[in-house]
Amino acid sequence: MNLLKQREPLLALMVIALILLVGMRAPVFLTTQSLANLLTDSTLLVMLALTQMLVIVTRGIDLSVASTLALSGMVAAMLAATHPELPLALVMLAACVTGLALGLVNGYLIGVLALPPIVVTLGTMSVYRGLVFVLSSGAWVSAHHMPANFIAFPLQRLFGLPHLVWIALAAVIAMACLARHSRFGRDLYAIGNAPHCAAYIGIPSARRLLWTYGLSGMVAGLCGYLWVARYAVAYTEIAYGFEFTVIAACVIGGVSIAGGVGSVLGAALGALFLSVIGNALPVLQVSPFWQSALTGAVILVAVLLNARGNRHRSRQILPLHQPEPTASRSATA
Amino acid sequence: MNATTMTDTDAPSRSASRYTILDREKPALRHLVTRWESLLALLLLAVFVAGGVTLPHFLDPYNLLDGTANFSEKALIALPMALLIICREIDISVAGTLALSSVAMGMAHHAGAPAEALLFVALGTGLACGWLNGFLVTRFMLPSIVVTIGTIALYRGLASVALGDQAFTHYPQLMADWGQGTFFGVVPRAFVILLGFALLFALVLHATTVGRRIYAIGNNPAAARFSGVAVDRYRLGLFMLTGAMAGLAAFLLTGRIGSTRPNIATGWELEIITMVILGGVSIAGGAGTIGGVLLAVLTMGAVTYGLALANVPGIYMTIVVGVLLLSTIALSRLLRGKPTRH
Repeated sequence: MNLLKQREPLLALMVIALILLVGMRAPVFLTTQSLANLLTDSTLLVMLALTQMLVIVTRGIDLSVASTLALSGMVAAMLAATHPELPLALVMLAACVTGLALGLVNGYLIGVLALPPIVVTLGTMSVYRGLVFVLSSGAWVSAHHMPANFIAFPLQRLFGLPHLVWIALAAVIAMACLARHSRFGRDLYAIGNAPHCAAYIGIPSARRLLWTYGLSGMVAGLCGYLWVARYAVAYTEIAYGFEFTVIAACVIGGVSIAGGVGSVLGAALGALFLSVIGNALPVLQVSPFWQSALTGAVILVAVLLNARGNRHRSRQILPLHQPEPTASRSATA
Repeated sequence: MNATTMTDTDAPSRSASRYTILDREKPALRHLVTRWESLLALLLLAVFVAGGVTLPHFLDPYNLLDGTANFSEKALIALPMALLIICREIDISVAGTLALSSVAMGMAHHAGAPAEALLFVALGTGLACGWLNGFLVTRFMLPSIVVTIGTIALYRGLASVALGDQAFTHYPQLMADWGQGTFFGVVPRAFVILLGFALLFALVLHATTVGRRIYAIGNNPAAARFSGVAVDRYRLGLFMLTGAMAGLAAFLLTGRIGSTRPNIATGWELEIITMVILGGVSIAGGAGTIGGVLLAVLTMGAVTYGLALANVPGIYMTIVVGVLLLSTIALSRLLRGKPTRH
């Protein structure tokens, strides 16, 4: 019973219930093939939601993830297209390093200069998106420009599962260790809960924020390569508007936008939940136009459920001051 | 500002006091120069000088007035957004509201509603969308950024469900008259509407009790509530105002482009917020002026217009705006010195 009061088991249960519900209407959804597809489709969102969670936990927000993803993906695609002889690992490294550099720019402005995260990432979001256009001069890099192994890697199977799934699994485990068992991760929660206190007890907030946004950028860079390779095309508008989906996944996963609250499992499950909805609609033969509306409704329901605790607190402000002689006497005594 | 707090208890009784009472600091040139609005005005001037020198047709008044079309609708939404941000709230869902209002107009037109009624359909849809945002934020004490990220998906989703893969076209002439028409053959009507609303918003924010209360809420919502300001009613009202202005923008935009398509106004929410922040409104709330927002709007508009004249692809504009935003806030932070975290 206690287990059900926690968010993560409840969310996991909801994901499973949703999958079964869809499966009842359309049994094809429950085949291994379809479930494997679902898992593969959710990986990028899961990975991005994990780092976004770390950022939101520090009271920040990273709106630039989708643009970072697009720019790193374009760098990887153009590198692979112009130098097909380069080993794939190097191309992936290039994507990661690009993402890291872009993330560190965010981190420098937010951590060291202490500028508001939403403003900084709003600015870098448009700059990075524009740079994709400058870099590619607006051209597409399509499948026939890319080397075969570049495209094949994400979906190649290892022990029956695509590389994508393994990478995402590794990311979940790594993030879980980082968030729960490393000093870096615990510091992020401290910064999010009480920035001033975190400074007093000697947490180097600036450095922590710098590397949190760096990490967010690096993972977005890796996802950039994976996205481009998975869909075998790179152009200026890839992942346009994806930043909101990522933040939505975090919100559904119970990450508090006010900072200091959030778990790796929650964020991953939130991302999985959104992916299930996305994959279920075509199976149920619901018009794909419903996806966005449903996503919005799910986000609202999720925040409403999360907010049940808040309501009580907010109500306190005025009733405390109602004239109740006995109560006030006992309070002052 | 508060140099008077020590003295103003005994000062009123004796006019020959050796203390002088200053309600506010004497206006000095130094203050005027360091104001954000002055920087923006300089920037705008610089854009005009640079454009006028390098581009032959930049200063052509017809061109200039025609160029206002690219920002008038956005700026109309930026005005209430500035009030919301001053009040510590934000509305990401404006572009979704706009899309839904446009679709509602299309459906009403399809159902045979007269042209004049379409404006009220758009305003009503906008109001309803804004009310839902405000209701969720005030009733359940939810952070507005999360609520409006949810509702933008909802509104835009509903719009695309209603549209499917179709588009509404053949809007009545009246809408085209307002969307792309001009007064006296030169001044675009949308621009005149924008200036009128800017004046109205500036008056409300800077010269009325309502405006002072909005600042009070932004500076300290709890203190404002204790001082008897109906904080939640103001918040709800501002969300509804933002929705209604998005509805008005939908009317003008739909009239200008003459159709409703699923991708109408995509990405506007962030452009509008950029305008407001570039205009010197503090994202932490409690500071900012309508004049600053209008200057930022004009600056961004002038840059867009100049780049378009110089045949630079529109996406370079996003880089320029992003760099402008980052460099202005970074610069002002560096000039003020690094903040100490305490």
